[in-house]
Amino acid sequence: MPDPMRIRATEQPDGVDVRVLMSHEMETGQRRDSAGAIVPAWFIQTVVVSYAGKPVLNAEWGPAVAKNPYLQFKFKGGKKGEKISITWVDNRGETRTDEATIG
Amino acid sequence: MNRSRRNFVQAGGVLGLMVATGLITAEEARAQQQAWNKAAFEAKSLDETIKALGGTGTAQSADITLTAPDIAENGAVVPVAVASKIPNTQSIYILVEKNPNALAAGFGIPAGTDASIATRIKMGQTSNVHAVVKADNKFYVATKEVKVTLGGCGG
Repeated sequence: MPDPMRIRATEQPDGVDVRVLMSHEMETGQRRDSAGAIVPAWFIQTVVVSYAGKPVLNAEWGPAVAKNPYLQFKFKGGKKGEKISITWVDNRGETRTDEATIG
Repeated sequence: MNRSRRNFVQAGGVLGLMVATGLITAEEARAQQQAWNKAAFEAKSLDETIKALGGTGTAQSADITLTAPDIAENGAVVPVAVASKIPNTQSIYILVEKNPNALAAGFGIPAGTDASIATRIKMGQTSNVHAVVKADNKFYVATKEVKVTLGGCGG
């Protein structure tokens, strides 16, 4: 099971600021291992951040997003004490969902 | 252990676990996967990527703020931020011209979300970084050259 995402969501005067650090190899498929074989591409393809059941961000990623992806953005209408939910799906079909309370 | 068997079991196993625990349905995971724009992520150049995204070309825009270091010490982790002041911004894309495939990331911005994102990308070598914004179904771009001292694609 992949490590949990570290999520910080804080209510600010102009919106909820969301910062996420995900745990994922984001393997490009360009690298060779010590035996000379290509290490297959393994990377998060889609990310959805939701609040109150609606998406507040949709992302499509390729392997050029850095390992252990970092993401920061802001959305309006979120309230302290409510939850946001983040789901990623990678190219192997593996997936992870984490929630955080807006502080 | 045989790598491909391990991958197969791992993939099937985790997805099975996710479905069993009800966190997201197998259908949702598949749907999210299928939504991924393969053609756009396999395009080699800015122009090819724009075509794969449904556009015909881009217009330079001073309303896109692209923040990235002048010199990236480590090409494996380059912080990039894009903010768009263009009204009705629908999506923001980050492209690295000299990477094996130009498109690194795309973000769909629903109404109510700021057209401003920050992330970290890999750059294989010194290259132009393009921030592309889709607004009102038209494409705009701002470009900055980022020098890379140690390439980040692992080649």
